[in-house]
Amino acid sequence: MRTALFWVFSISAVASALGVVGNLRSPINSALSLVVSMLALAGLYVLLEAQFVGLIQVMVYAGAIVVLFLFVIMLLNLRGSGTRGAELQPIMKAIGSLVVFGSTLWLVRTLAADRAPWPDVDAGFGTTRAMGEALYTDYVLSVQVAGVLLLAGIVAAVVLAKKKVD
Amino acid sequence: METPTVFVSIFLFALVLLVFAPIMTWVERKQSALMQDRIGANRASILGFKALGLIHPLADVIKMITKEDTIPTGAHKLLHLVSPFIAVAPAIISFAVIPYGGTYEMWGAHVSLCVADLDYGVLFIFAIGSIATYGSMLAGWAGNNNWGMLGSIRVSAQMISYEVALGISVVGLFMIFGTLRLTEMGLLQQETFRLFGFLEHFGWVAQGTAWIDWITIPMWGLVLQPLPFFMFLTALMAENKRAPFDTPEGESEIVAGYFIEYSGMKFGLYMMGEWIEVVVISALLTAMFLGGWTLPWLPEASIISYMTPLVGENMANVAAMVLAVHVFLIKVIVLIWFQMLIRWSMPRFRYDQVMDLGWKILLPLSLANVVITGLGILIVQEVTR
Repeated sequence: MRTALFWVFSISAVASALGVVGNLRSPINSALSLVVSMLALAGLYVLLEAQFVGLIQVMVYAGAIVVLFLFVIMLLNLRGSGTRGAELQPIMKAIGSLVVFGSTLWLVRTLAADRAPWPDVDAGFGTTRAMGEALYTDYVLSVQVAGVLLLAGIVAAVVLAKKKVD
Repeated sequence: METPTVFVSIFLFALVLLVFAPIMTWVERKQSALMQDRIGANRASILGFKALGLIHPLADVIKMITKEDTIPTGAHKLLHLVSPFIAVAPAIISFAVIPYGGTYEMWGAHVSLCVADLDYGVLFIFAIGSIATYGSMLAGWAGNNNWGMLGSIRVSAQMISYEVALGISVVGLFMIFGTLRLTEMGLLQQETFRLFGFLEHFGWVAQGTAWIDWITIPMWGLVLQPLPFFMFLTALMAENKRAPFDTPEGESEIVAGYFIEYSGMKFGLYMMGEWIEVVVISALLTAMFLGGWTLPWLPEASIISYMTPLVGENMANVAAMVLAVHVFLIKVIVLIWFQMLIRWSMPRFRYDQVMDLGWKILLPLSLANVVITGLGILIVQEVTR
């Protein structure tokens, strides 16, 4: 069952990721392929017993970030890639995809040298409690740094927006 | 959970949904009629038999299904087809984690009235709900209509804005209960605390004063976090896009917004999605803030132990289960009624007002609530040590 689900999720993740770059007709379709890819990734996380990460993946990436992408695409009403250098795009995309694919394949082969079949974890693993404890004890510095980074981002966004308003 | 009980729960949940969705249309018609001093839905009849207007949902369904299903020229056919389903499915899936009752032992089986008792129950509903945005967003775009497009843009902006406040407004509640599991929240809300216990604690009245033990308050989310209850309700109602938050469909400005190009049952699915979501909102608020399936001052365990000598352990559990489901449904119905009251009392907000409410009022208030709740928990821990 798990193996079957793994194949379903990974094939749809890779296929929709190819759909993101391979789609030339409309940016909306690319964004939607990205959503499917995100959802498939969330499924893979849940299979790896990281339920919390999987849910956050759905909430943040599939549910918010790609919605923002779509929002921008709709607001600017982009239809097809009528930008300069459009004739070069397929070649660039192909090169980019091949580079990413090749390097990922190499990475996976290196990492897979001594892998276990499926992770064997205890019952508490991946729950919200375990995540919370890890974040606020072992990784508290990283959380703080990420918080400061986000704060800087928010302040920067406000400053940029304010310049335009003024 | 064992397999047979899963089927029991799924049956129950399907029953509740199937009963609620059509009746909601009737409730809405009747309540709007009452509030506007009209007679209300009373025209549809079978052989002169009107049943207080309850035939209307049936007439609706027949009309929707037999209507022509139009697909506009230039529409994205696939997205136009799937969008209504993306809009409805999340609302139905959310019911999987909502508990209608606790766990009961009868004839050697554990019966749990929650289809999927997940460790991250509330987060699951948030995650599934955030997917519902696509159903409305893509609908407006796929129809190849400018009004629809405007509706889509409004929908996406509104739903993104309120998702932030939605999550943060209940963080305080999670901090108090220390769990995201909805069944656990229900059990915790059975407990009570002594309202004037602090008098005894500080030694302002003598130890063992009788009246202090008498005045107890159930630990409902509504009692512990009254402001977040209303913030959460507001954010959920904004996510549901019904009046007063229905700017994405605002018929006076953008005709019907994102579902303008839909007819027949596809349009019906959007309406159904909204009504089912009203039920989801009520069920979620009940489970988190109104004690779920439990009665105040009367823990389930004591009901069962009281009834066991009278009718035997199995029947006592059955009785407790039936009681729990009814208590839950009554609370849900009260909240549905409350939402209808709001929907028919308030005019539609202007678009900038919707955004201001989300970003400038709800978000700062919920952030402040997190800090204040944290302080409160620390003080209580310090004092009761």
